[in-house]
Amino acid sequence: MLTMQGVSKSFLGVRVLHDVGLDLQPGEVHALVGENGAGKSTLMKVLAGEHAPDTGTITLDGTAHTFSHPGQAQAAGIGIIHQEFALLAHRTVAENVFLGREPTRYGLVDRAAMERRTAELLAEIDETGITPRTLVRDLSVARQQTVEIVKALASDVRVLVMDEPTAPLADHEVALLSALVRRLTARGLGILYISHRLGEVFDLSRRVTVLKDGRRVTTVRTADTTPDDIVRAMVGRDLTAYYPPRARHDEIGDVTLTVTGGGNSRIRDIDLTLRAGEVVGIAGLQGAGRTSLARALFGAAPFTTGAMTVGGRPLRPSTPRQAIRAGIALVTEDRKTEGLALRQSVRDNALLVTRAVAVRGRPPAGREVTALLGRVRLQSRGEDQQAQFLSGGNQQKVVIAKWLAAGPRVLLFDEPTRGVDVGAKAAIHTLVRELAREGLAVLIISSELPELIGMSDRIHVMSEGRLVGELPAGATEESIMRLATAGSQRPSGAPDTRREGAA
Amino acid sequence: MSAPTDTGTPAKNVPAATPGKRVVRALGTGIPVYVLLVVLLLALLVTDPGFYEPDSFLSFVKRAAPLVILAAGQYLVIVCGEFDLSVGAIVTAGVVVAAELYGSFPDAHWLVVTAVLLVGGALAGLVSGLITTVLRVPSFITTLGMMLILEGAVFFWTGGSPQGVLPSAFRQLGRGTAFGWLPWAVVACLVAGTVAVLVTRSDFGRTLLATGDSDRAAALSGVRVIRVRTVAFILSGAAAALAAVLVGGFSGVSAQAGRGYEFEAITAVVLGGVVLGGGRGSVVAAMAGAFSLQALFTLLNLQGVSGALESTVQGVIVIAAVGLGAADWSRLRGRRTPSGSGPPGSTPTGAAPPGPTPPRPTPPTGTHPSGGTPS
Repeated sequence: MLTMQGVSKSFLGVRVLHDVGLDLQPGEVHALVGENGAGKSTLMKVLAGEHAPDTGTITLDGTAHTFSHPGQAQAAGIGIIHQEFALLAHRTVAENVFLGREPTRYGLVDRAAMERRTAELLAEIDETGITPRTLVRDLSVARQQTVEIVKALASDVRVLVMDEPTAPLADHEVALLSALVRRLTARGLGILYISHRLGEVFDLSRRVTVLKDGRRVTTVRTADTTPDDIVRAMVGRDLTAYYPPRARHDEIGDVTLTVTGGGNSRIRDIDLTLRAGEVVGIAGLQGAGRTSLARALFGAAPFTTGAMTVGGRPLRPSTPRQAIRAGIALVTEDRKTEGLALRQSVRDNALLVTRAVAVRGRPPAGREVTALLGRVRLQSRGEDQQAQFLSGGNQQKVVIAKWLAAGPRVLLFDEPTRGVDVGAKAAIHTLVRELAREGLAVLIISSELPELIGMSDRIHVMSEGRLVGELPAGATEESIMRLATAGSQRPSGAPDTRREGAA
Repeated sequence: MSAPTDTGTPAKNVPAATPGKRVVRALGTGIPVYVLLVVLLLALLVTDPGFYEPDSFLSFVKRAAPLVILAAGQYLVIVCGEFDLSVGAIVTAGVVVAAELYGSFPDAHWLVVTAVLLVGGALAGLVSGLITTVLRVPSFITTLGMMLILEGAVFFWTGGSPQGVLPSAFRQLGRGTAFGWLPWAVVACLVAGTVAVLVTRSDFGRTLLATGDSDRAAALSGVRVIRVRTVAFILSGAAAALAAVLVGGFSGVSAQAGRGYEFEAITAVVLGGVVLGGGRGSVVAAMAGAFSLQALFTLLNLQGVSGALESTVQGVIVIAAVGLGAADWSRLRGRRTPSGSGPPGSTPTGAAPPGPTPPRPTPPTGTHPSGGTPS
């Protein structure tokens, strides 16, 4: 029914899809899996007309298409359910389903026809909990997703793309979604199903395609493979980059930070210990709660339960200021909006923390800034240069300098080398290890498994808001991925073992 | 990824800039206003050769003083990303309250009355500041409301025609002179200007700018964003009260004493190249903007242009200043020196920051090859 052939796509000279092919039959669920950044989303965006491919063809029912606009893909019968819903919260279900193509009578919107047709569609998929007149904002996330699906059905889609559809759902809702997916395929729809969760993939799909680094690794019948094979196909690559040597046993010092039973609305049951001189890695898939963990430790999205100690003293920071005073620093994932005041000078950025948070007994950092900027190996046109003019790597070095000026004892890095070029990456890796050697406790979150493995003395794996396992230095990517995806390998009909309200 | 490589940046520690360049950098986004000020002052010299007689020049500075002080206060608010529309009403209220105070306590010392006004102005700023930061009412609305409340209160209290006179001791600051030649208003202006410069160079001032630039980054760096912004409003209110003392000194009691000052102050700040929305601009340039505006009004007056046109001129200036600032010199510059940091045709989103800006590095969501979202 649907065939994509030889699809390639580059952004700014970076090739993110290499000659990828894929086909889909009516009534089939075809799963698409791969690590973060493997190119799944880009491929789907090409299919949905959001990105025009550089090369390659899309054929639907024998007709070749070149989509240059999402509307064309939609008209051809391709619907996409994004992770973020495109619904108007204050409108009714029927209004959302027919948004932009309302049936009219005498030039006016025919509300009755719209609601009747919506009711028919809802009945077709056996959805009884939604009425056409319900306001979307009153629906649960799962039901909102159903409305998105009905919206796609209303425009007679043949191919439905679902991008991580279970990510926002609670366990019992996942089961409902699976049932819905089966009903849709029974009606002859072809479904392209993107998911990190291998449990669902094996539960639902007839075939699986694995993408890695923008290439298709394999397409296999689900019945002929195992989760382990899929994981191996997802990660199989060589670790080539250089990383500084890890900490020796005697370099690991006292406990600097502990968390027991830490949790908030996004994470739970966090037990974590950071020691001076040690680099601890946090692995996990997107949405596993890694960033939430860092923000909780830093008091930006505080823990609401559990206990935490810093330097032996009990402290559960409820604001970044408290965390900073206790010696915790967070290098955020998004340095442009959260790490830097872009229009201020390098110097002002480097001094921001020490100016904002006065600490007794700490001399003014003004003089040390130059030394500090040298220390992080900043390349700039002087300390007066605005931060926005620096490259990504140098911006990150300014952020690090800002924290070093405050003399922290715990450094949290969230994706420290995202958007940073290779040279600066190596410099940051070396610096992180140096800082650990000087007695700082370091925590690194990274989606790049080679980086995480190369840098960490221990690795915690996160999944669905919990730390699900701890691995020693030099753990393999496969072992990490197995833990990271394992949390969801329960059959989707399994009893809900999760605690109430912990979603 | 899309980030430019380090190898592309010039070697570190580029030789020290030449003195000329250093001056240019120090003046920063304010350069146009300094040029404008010089041009206006020269035009005044041509129009009125007597303008630079010490007396007449000092009296020009004296007349500019309230606006300069208001501009300094307004700068602090604008640079942290807010507005203060209430300053004109605070001036009016200050003058009227002083008159009423003297009506009740004819023998009050002028220092006491001045102090009362300053505290009152600061309180008005505190209220506006807290409503803006804690209740998250946009400052445009908060201070507009504050302006209407104060104006209405003054009107209600005085019935539209304030009674009372200000004793000459109080009016000294506005119209008296030190040593027989130096107007106290000029002294007040100098002191306020110095304080403003010191404030912006202090740790508080730097965090204020950082807050205006990115309040998220500031908050995550430990800045107490609410407190910093509120203090800016307090200082603006106090500056307005000080201006009220000067205005009361040289023009006496009226229910229109401060009318229009809020927009003149904003015009002056904008003229000084200070970016609306915060994070960029210098307080010296803002005060130079106030002098320029005063010089322009004086010039128009000397040229026989009707004073009624002042607000028209002001309107043109505000639009021109922001328009020219937002014209995004970077696009012109970016075309000449294409940089690898953004895809061709990537236009900055949101409000284009005035002043030289490089093509913005594209947001990660747009170019991240995986199209992935952060966890």
